[in-house]
Amino acid sequence: MTALNRAGWRPEMNSAGGADDTVTFTGNRALMLEEPLIFEIGGSETTGVDFDEDAPAADLGALARTAPIGLPGLSESETVRHYTRLSRQNYAIDLGLFPLGSCTMKHNPRLNEKVARMPGFADAHPLQPQETVQGAYAVIHELAEWLIKLTGMHSVAMSPKAGAHGELCGILCIKAALEARGEDRRVILVPESAHGTNPATAAFAGFTVEDIPATPEGRVDLAALKARLGPDVAGVMITNPNTCGLFERDMKAISDAVHAAGGYVYCDGANFNAIVGRVRPGDLGVDAMHINLHKTFSTPHGGGGPGSGPVVLSEALAPFAPLPFVTRQGDDFRLIEEENASEDHPQTFGRMTAFHGQMGMFTRALTYILSHGADGLKQVAEDAVLNANYVLRSLEDVLDAPFAASGPCMHEALFSDKGLAEGFSTLDIAKGLIDEGYHPMTVYFPLVVHGAMLVEPTETESKAVLDQFIGALRSIALRAKNGDPALKSAPHFAPRARLDETLAARKPVLAWEG
Amino acid sequence: MPRYYTEEHEWIDVDGDVATVGITDFAQGQLGDIVFVEVPDTGAELTAGGDAAVVESVKAASDVFAPVDGTVTEGNGQLEDDPALVNSDPEGGGWFFRMTLSDKGQLDGLMDAKGYKAFCDAL
Repeated sequence: MTALNRAGWRPEMNSAGGADDTVTFTGNRALMLEEPLIFEIGGSETTGVDFDEDAPAADLGALARTAPIGLPGLSESETVRHYTRLSRQNYAIDLGLFPLGSCTMKHNPRLNEKVARMPGFADAHPLQPQETVQGAYAVIHELAEWLIKLTGMHSVAMSPKAGAHGELCGILCIKAALEARGEDRRVILVPESAHGTNPATAAFAGFTVEDIPATPEGRVDLAALKARLGPDVAGVMITNPNTCGLFERDMKAISDAVHAAGGYVYCDGANFNAIVGRVRPGDLGVDAMHINLHKTFSTPHGGGGPGSGPVVLSEALAPFAPLPFVTRQGDDFRLIEEENASEDHPQTFGRMTAFHGQMGMFTRALTYILSHGADGLKQVAEDAVLNANYVLRSLEDVLDAPFAASGPCMHEALFSDKGLAEGFSTLDIAKGLIDEGYHPMTVYFPLVVHGAMLVEPTETESKAVLDQFIGALRSIALRAKNGDPALKSAPHFAPRARLDETLAARKPVLAWEG
Repeated sequence: MPRYYTEEHEWIDVDGDVATVGITDFAQGQLGDIVFVEVPDTGAELTAGGDAAVVESVKAASDVFAPVDGTVTEGNGQLEDDPALVNSDPEGGGWFFRMTLSDKGQLDGLMDAKGYKAFCDAL
């Protein structure tokens, strides 16, 4: 402890499952360190900054502060210790299997980090003269070419800053294309099996959203979709592989029907990591698809780094892509911006970002691609799918797998809460996993499955690691089926026991109140 | 005062030209602990099947649909401070909003208590 624990409580593991009732003075248990809030250890008498005593008074007029600022003062070492202690209570992909999977973050190869930190990339500024950052432009251009090749599409917009931003980019391209055709189509169809961001994006862009039901096997109802197509439909937004963890087998038929009706096909490519190297969305008739670089190409995410959502486009939508973008002329690269777009790219719908995109993610993604090669990327998809199917088939005897009969899953194994003992839920299983030393999987999503549990092991886990996870989840599933009362109050070994999430949502305390 | 039910698990009490709308006990049970409710503003024009309110539980956020066409005359402001009322008294104090009825004929397409029970049993 750097200071006394003023909150005055002890770690709950002492009383709930600890080996004995021994209570320590500090509340710590050896390397399990208790840590107060920073406001509880910081005081106004300490500061990590050596202020100049003769600092001139700032002339802020009416804006000058009249009362103490109320921020905790700590020395540098106290501050570093505080956050390091907190970080030890965290769970991370670098500590173990992370069943939330690539949605949050999959393994980040260290080679990516090494390359991203090279000064020529890391220290480049977006406003530098173009001739001084030709190498950075070359990286953007080469990554763009890889993305085009891997997806079988016509072109790519690199600037969108995340998946949902990419969705908006694709939908704005569709909107611009419809305006260019002089057509007023207002409806975007979104299947139940799509990501929740899809209808949000369509609505944000001004379209009316209509649902398309799923079949009992968890895929888009093609007949229902065809029946709804018409002159008012601008397009569809389909997630493939979908949120039920299944590949939309009718994708080509869907695209053909939508195109025949004059609409466009947006594919949510978040799950591209399950098919990269195996399937080219361009062959399936897709007009626009975003790629989450963190999901497929291992860039940091989930609090570890910014998103990046390049959007690949069909020939029909390419003229409307946003500015700026990099083009190649011989050995030189140049940026197409507003000043020179009128000759090269007159139909652009505009600009989504100040600069070219997430450069730090581009270098990492290209490193990942080049270090794997075409054959390695194909194996990424194969291993991700193999690992998920191993989890699915190893647990379907104890956990209900609603779409197990629909064939192999993609990179995610989906279970429901059917068959648990009365009063036991998905939440109890998730909390039980914490005691076993795992972060819980995605729970209560997708909504079409009751009490959904979605496990994405990703491609990097070995069989031994998967077997241990399966063993842990099997044990918890059996406890939930047999009604083990101890599971209802799990976790017992975490720094905090079961928290009242309902109360936290109903009456959140968002600010320190002394 | 007749009560009608929709397949979207809303109940609707009709008293003359005014209807009171809420979600059923079955619906609150499925949603789990409700943490937030957004009711429509007075004067909002609703269309049968269109979005009318939002209910958020620890598990999910869901839309509540208008069972019939009409204009909102009152939202249940109590739910803003005490969303748990929807869990404890879904078909009474946990009502969502009151509205006028533009077309009483639309009620014919809804279920009565017996019909709704059979509908839930079949789910």
